[in-house]
Amino acid sequence: MTSDGISNNGLAGSRFAMEYRLNHLDVVGSTSQSTFGIPVQTGFIDKNMSTENPPRTTVFRAVDIAKIYQMGEVNVHALRGVSLELYEHEFVVLLGASGSGKSTLLNILGGLDVPTTGTVHYLDRELTASDESALTRYRRENVGFVFQFYNLIPSLTARENVELITEIARDPMDPMAALDLVKLKDRANHFPAQLSGGEQQRVAIARAIAKKPKVLLCDEPTGALDVETGIVVLEAIARINHELGTTTAVITHNAAIARMADRVISLSNGQISGVHENASKISANELEW
Amino acid sequence: MRNLDRKLVRDLTRMKGQMIAIVMVIAAGVGTFVMSMCAYASLSDGKQSFYRDFRFADVFASARRCPDSLIPRIREIPGVATVETRLVYNVLLNVPGMTEPATARLISVPDSGETELNNVYISRGRMLEPGNLGEVVVSEMFAEAHGFNPGDSVSVIINGRLRELKMVGNVLTPEYVIQIQGGSMLPDKKRFGIFWINERELEAAFDMSGAFNSVSLKLGHGANVQEVIEQLDQLLEPYGSIGAFDRSQQLSHQYVTDELFQLKTMATIAPIIFLSVAAFLLNIVVSRIISQQREQIAALKAFGYTNYEVGFHYLNLVLVISVTGTIVGTLFGFWMAVNLTEMYQEFYKFPQLAFQVNTAAVLWALLLTTFAAVVGTWLAVRKAIHLPPAEAMRPEPPPSYRPTIVERYLPAGMLPAELRMIIRNIERKPIKSFVSILGIAVAVSVLILGSFSLDSLNYLINFQFRKAQRQDLTVTFVEPATSSVMYEMSGLPGVLESETMRAVAARIRFQHRSRRVGIMGLESEPQLFRLLTEDEQPIRVPQHGIMLNSKLAELLGTRLGDRVTVEILEDKQPVAQVEVTSIVNEFGGINAYMDKLQLHKLLKESQVASGAFLRVDPNYIEDVFQNLESRPGVGSVSIKNATIQSFKETIAENMLTMRSFNILFAAVIAIGVVYNSARISLSEQSRDLATMRVIGFTRTEVSTILLGEITLFTILAIPLGWLIGYGLAALMILGLDTENYRIPLVVSRSTFAFASVVVVLATFFSALVVQRRISKLDLVSVLKTRE
Repeated sequence: MTSDGISNNGLAGSRFAMEYRLNHLDVVGSTSQSTFGIPVQTGFIDKNMSTENPPRTTVFRAVDIAKIYQMGEVNVHALRGVSLELYEHEFVVLLGASGSGKSTLLNILGGLDVPTTGTVHYLDRELTASDESALTRYRRENVGFVFQFYNLIPSLTARENVELITEIARDPMDPMAALDLVKLKDRANHFPAQLSGGEQQRVAIARAIAKKPKVLLCDEPTGALDVETGIVVLEAIARINHELGTTTAVITHNAAIARMADRVISLSNGQISGVHENASKISANELEW
Repeated sequence: MRNLDRKLVRDLTRMKGQMIAIVMVIAAGVGTFVMSMCAYASLSDGKQSFYRDFRFADVFASARRCPDSLIPRIREIPGVATVETRLVYNVLLNVPGMTEPATARLISVPDSGETELNNVYISRGRMLEPGNLGEVVVSEMFAEAHGFNPGDSVSVIINGRLRELKMVGNVLTPEYVIQIQGGSMLPDKKRFGIFWINERELEAAFDMSGAFNSVSLKLGHGANVQEVIEQLDQLLEPYGSIGAFDRSQQLSHQYVTDELFQLKTMATIAPIIFLSVAAFLLNIVVSRIISQQREQIAALKAFGYTNYEVGFHYLNLVLVISVTGTIVGTLFGFWMAVNLTEMYQEFYKFPQLAFQVNTAAVLWALLLTTFAAVVGTWLAVRKAIHLPPAEAMRPEPPPSYRPTIVERYLPAGMLPAELRMIIRNIERKPIKSFVSILGIAVAVSVLILGSFSLDSLNYLINFQFRKAQRQDLTVTFVEPATSSVMYEMSGLPGVLESETMRAVAARIRFQHRSRRVGIMGLESEPQLFRLLTEDEQPIRVPQHGIMLNSKLAELLGTRLGDRVTVEILEDKQPVAQVEVTSIVNEFGGINAYMDKLQLHKLLKESQVASGAFLRVDPNYIEDVFQNLESRPGVGSVSIKNATIQSFKETIAENMLTMRSFNILFAAVIAIGVVYNSARISLSEQSRDLATMRVIGFTRTEVSTILLGEITLFTILAIPLGWLIGYGLAALMILGLDTENYRIPLVVSRSTFAFASVVVVLATFFSALVVQRRISKLDLVSVLKTRE
């Protein structure tokens, strides 16, 4: 069993223990949760045990979320009871094969989707209790997204794509500064069609961070890119995480990328199958796949 | 500029072909609307100010001879404000350079030169001067048709004596805004002139000193028109009045009112047709854009753009197109209105008929267009508003296809793959396909609607003036002429055939309904002036009973076999109960016919004639004219071919102008629908088509799939368009059905063919443009992009 973030708080064990902790903070010990079909480890909650490290602010707290889609005549269980926490400033990789439910999870954290059951908190705000317009406000103020297929507006230049977001943000950075962060200042007046895939994705990252979001959510940011360009993009994301301290979650099916994360949460079949904390993360340019 | 707006502008630029097509459709609708409304305002204002400033009368009556002593009694009728009496005579007119005789209507003017009602407006020259005999002022339309200048002369035949009249001025009057002779369906500016002349001259010529034969009344506020008419009728009846009538029966007023009504109809129908088509086009285009931009919408929403910001973004796209269409259409409408107003000057004579900017109409156009555009695209925009961002992130699921009905009934392999793809595409989107077909059908129908009137009028002319009426000349007598006149007529050199008729004014009553009409007594088997049934069979004039034309029968609510009351309004005013024995098919006026001998019996008179129909050897026609002009009893001569000719020169020419506009509009609709449908199919299927090209299908085969759909739509649309066009034509004719004229519903095969060919050409043109895009299809990039 790998140690996870929760063990920092003195709780060794899997997501179930973590989930248990969230539900029963005042209870010592836990009972097995056979519904998940995985051996359950019990753990102990001892708040005093966390004194070694300064307490970290929990940015996201998801508890037992499930998501069921109606696809034609079949129900698809995209998530089957996932609980997790994401902390301030951390770089998390959500690792999973396609169909593991990682995109659904990211969409729920980003306020693009709501779980069928379960609760999600962003800081003090309960996303699962927010209505459509509250979610929109939440995204507008706090979340930066990077998509696998970039989703740039093809009719706007790189700079205009970034400005599109800074126009509606409260305290944005200068669009050119954002492009500079991804080293694309000199391509500012190019349209998406005139940029390579890697460049488009870096524009998308600049667009995502230009509003100085609290969290940066990246959905397979390198999925459509070759290794070299993928690394450039990951470097950009890592730099944002490092320099701006933005809580960053990257979902990928590429296990190699996991090595650059603070923490790796693995998903399979709609459930968390493991949480791993990298003792020493490596930089993006050391990655190989 | 906000970047979202920048996106809007660039998106629009990218789809400029489609945008232009939609703008054109909107512009056609708005243009017609604005034109109609502006022309309506011009005509309506021109009419109102002319009527008011030149004191157009409210009630009119004519009689044979009324003593002036009647005037105070007329004035005493409650509600009457002003009474104007005068002498009005139709006489033969000799126009220099014209062999055939024309008709002059002479209207008396008091010696002072000032009338109290139906005043004249001097457009050129001067008014009659008191005491200056031998002077006339003439209706401007007649003077212009002949190129007369003040100072020129014409001669009229008054009581058989040639009289030279010097035209000192051209005038207009609210009474003859349109210059049309009673009994004629068509205006004739060359052969019917109106002349105002010093009353002393008419009194002398017609021995009418101290008497009048025409009276006009201006009523005070709140006067009861019907009561005034009844009382006036009572006063005038002993003096040979054939009944008073109000403006609604006044010919010129009727024509102007009909025109105004038609403009209103046009202003209603055009926006309905064009804006519906535009709404449909906007719907398919915006739906397509929104489904193409799913992921852009997702990104916008993911970054915190609200649903309504996204919704407004697409609504703005719609509004930019609709407002552009409105602006283009308004300018186009103004331009057409200026031209139409000019065209009106040829028919309707107003002192001022200025083009007017109808601001309210422009605002209405904007409102209507916006409404149509928003309604048309609302569902699509709503989809953008409600699109959940997480769902939009995923590509749209592949559309579900299934074997079509057609395929189920045909053995597999009978349909080539291309045709199967076409049919499946159509069946998958039945509503869109149906509406596309409907759109093309509307184009066909607009063409039919714009062209059929020529067919109808050709039929009408052929029926009325060739099959029914076979005479060349119609002669009317000032006073009923004895039978010897008929022998004289038939004996004139060059006259091949002749028939006499007796015409009297009468009131026909059936139950509570009644109508004032002319009854014509005909020979039992007329050869020249024939009455026909609907299937063009000649009707034998029965010895007893009365024959009504279909409009009169409809107005009275009578059927064959009903007994109607006939009150003759002339001479001894006999009354008789008569059976309706035939219904006659006619397109002009409301008329009744009887056997001539029966009419003589009813009137207790010998065999006299009010007029004659003549068939003339064309080589002798000028001799016949000369002969007729020299006869004292001849009141008017009307020449059938000249009437037809004059009609064709004026009305038909304008109809051709209207027709070319309709062709333009229909082409705009057809191109708009076909081009947009094809572009959208191309965009929806470009991946499939590119894939087919990659796996070895030729460019032609691939085009077949896309253009095959459009071709199939067009083939299905044409017969549907014929039906819709025929239906719309029937509706339009219903709106034109008046007492003065009816237009038969005739759509010739050539019109159907013409409409089809224009639409096929428009389809072909659009297909060509889309075909070029298919050729340019970049296979690699189409396949690489994620749809």
